Amino acid sequence: MTSPSVVPVPAPPPNDELELLLRLGDDRLVLGHRLSEWCGHAPILEEDIALANVALDLLGQATLFLRRAGEVEGKGRDEDALAYFREAVEFRNCLLVEQPNGDFGFTIARQFLFDVHAVVTLDALSRSTSAEIAALAAKSLKEAKYHVRHSGEWMLMLGDGTDESHRRVQRALDELWRFTPELFVADGVAARLAVQGIAPDLPALHAKWETIVRDVVGRATLTLPHESMHSPHLRGGRSGMHSEHLGHMLAELQIVARSHPGAKW
Amino acid sequence: MSQARTQPQDDPAKVAAFEARIAAGESIEPKDWMPERYRRQLIRMMSQHAHSEIVGMLPEGNWITRAPSLRRKISLIAKVQDEAGHGLYIYCGTETLGVDRAELVQQLLDGTAKYSSIFNYPTLSWADMGVIGWFVDGAAIVNQTVLAKASYGPYARAMIRICKEENFHKRQGYEIVAVLANGTPAQKAMIQDAVNRWWWPSLMMFGPSDADSPNTAELIRWKVKRRTNDELRQRFVNLTVPQAAAVNLTLPDPELRYDADTENWHFGPIDWDEFNQVIRGNGPCNRERLEARRRAHDEGAWVREAASAYAAKQRAKQASEAA
Repeated sequence: MTSPSVVPVPAPPPNDELELLLRLGDDRLVLGHRLSEWCGHAPILEEDIALANVALDLLGQATLFLRRAGEVEGKGRDEDALAYFREAVEFRNCLLVEQPNGDFGFTIARQFLFDVHAVVTLDALSRSTSAEIAALAAKSLKEAKYHVRHSGEWMLMLGDGTDESHRRVQRALDELWRFTPELFVADGVAARLAVQGIAPDLPALHAKWETIVRDVVGRATLTLPHESMHSPHLRGGRSGMHSEHLGHMLAELQIVARSHPGAKW
Repeated sequence: MSQARTQPQDDPAKVAAFEARIAAGESIEPKDWMPERYRRQLIRMMSQHAHSEIVGMLPEGNWITRAPSLRRKISLIAKVQDEAGHGLYIYCGTETLGVDRAELVQQLLDGTAKYSSIFNYPTLSWADMGVIGWFVDGAAIVNQTVLAKASYGPYARAMIRICKEENFHKRQGYEIVAVLANGTPAQKAMIQDAVNRWWWPSLMMFGPSDADSPNTAELIRWKVKRRTNDELRQRFVNLTVPQAAAVNLTLPDPELRYDADTENWHFGPIDWDEFNQVIRGNGPCNRERLEARRRAHDEGAWVREAASAYAAKQRAKQASEAA
């Protein structure tokens, strides 16, 4: 057996803007999908409607971000090609959003942590030096402000409701806390985008996020988990290192489209 | 509210005046006097309608996570969300008759209230999302267009609003059907199969034949219903046959033929044994549907309790601040 001669191929120039758009689009696609799993099964009819509303907004945002990602990539892939024909390792969403729904308290805690992140991030992105990203962010920001109002109110109701609801939502917060540092890690992509003014300096946003989270968590009579509950080794969704949950979710999301390649729907 | 229930015998003079109002085409409003049976019939019909919207979320919800494109996924979520909205709206309308939503929901969960038999059939392929919009929403429109002229004001107004959205759902469903019917051979087979499975259950949606419909005569006299089950079923068949032909799909009825004398499409006999079995709880998915509703209700109990406890704390806080 002869070892193949390895010709060093130069890495393609990193398309940072594409990466950013995939991160934004995939977060929303995955979380929108998760929320849509509640449809018909929520604790009250009003929440069937409210969770569906948030899911619809997120999937609408995902459509726009992924469509733009396809344009920036320039390989003729549209939003559906990106949503339905990529493998789990090619997804760029954070680990937080792919976690299974759990009970209503878990879904709300996951949503709240994400919604605050969405508001601070989209607010900064609405001042991006990239006009397209600024426009998409500004549009999404309006919706995100409604979302955080909804999830924030439920954090208060569950945290300061009954002993059981308090215990459940506290446990959810403790469980999810380890996924939050990833939201603000400045890897190479994020650092370069920040220098160009296309995206904000993520570590700087972390403090802003934590101030809002701390305020609501406090008013909800909940306890902010300690930093020791962070898991530094989990910072991988942005580079494709997902939890095992994503593959199962995508298997369901993609099954019909992949069973009929080339078909129109 | 409970006054009417303790007076099962209605004053004949009042009943006569009430029927005169109906005959004159007046709309009955919540505070108007009405015979107890009228109230009960309306509660029965309206709550069945609301329950149908809620249970109806399940068969379509079954395909939300597998919808084959983002656009289809978004429209399907929006459609199921509309159904939740319709359910909520009709429950509120039913509350104007002096019964509360929690009581009605409990009847659904107990299995004592009925809902449309169609939702006890399984959704087995993506094509079912097209056919449900086309047939099931199409049948609902035929029913509801007539109910929009019902004598009870809140129900009639709810139907007008709901019908607009159902029309949109039907168009959306038929568009899915048309795309599949013009698609790959596998897609064509998928849509024909869905049509075959949903056609007869859709005809059953209009309820028993007039000969076996115990409530119809009185409901028509009181203008709660304006057309009989068989009349509405025939109208649906007449509307749907040309739509099937337009997309080259076959309806699974060898007896289907146009009758020039009556200007109706004649259709073959409906399997009423199947209908009765489904109504009695022995349809393919009756148990699963009710189980899903009960699970959502039971698992959501702690959330509803938390919301009430929180609201009570807030009220107490405001009261002590005001004091």
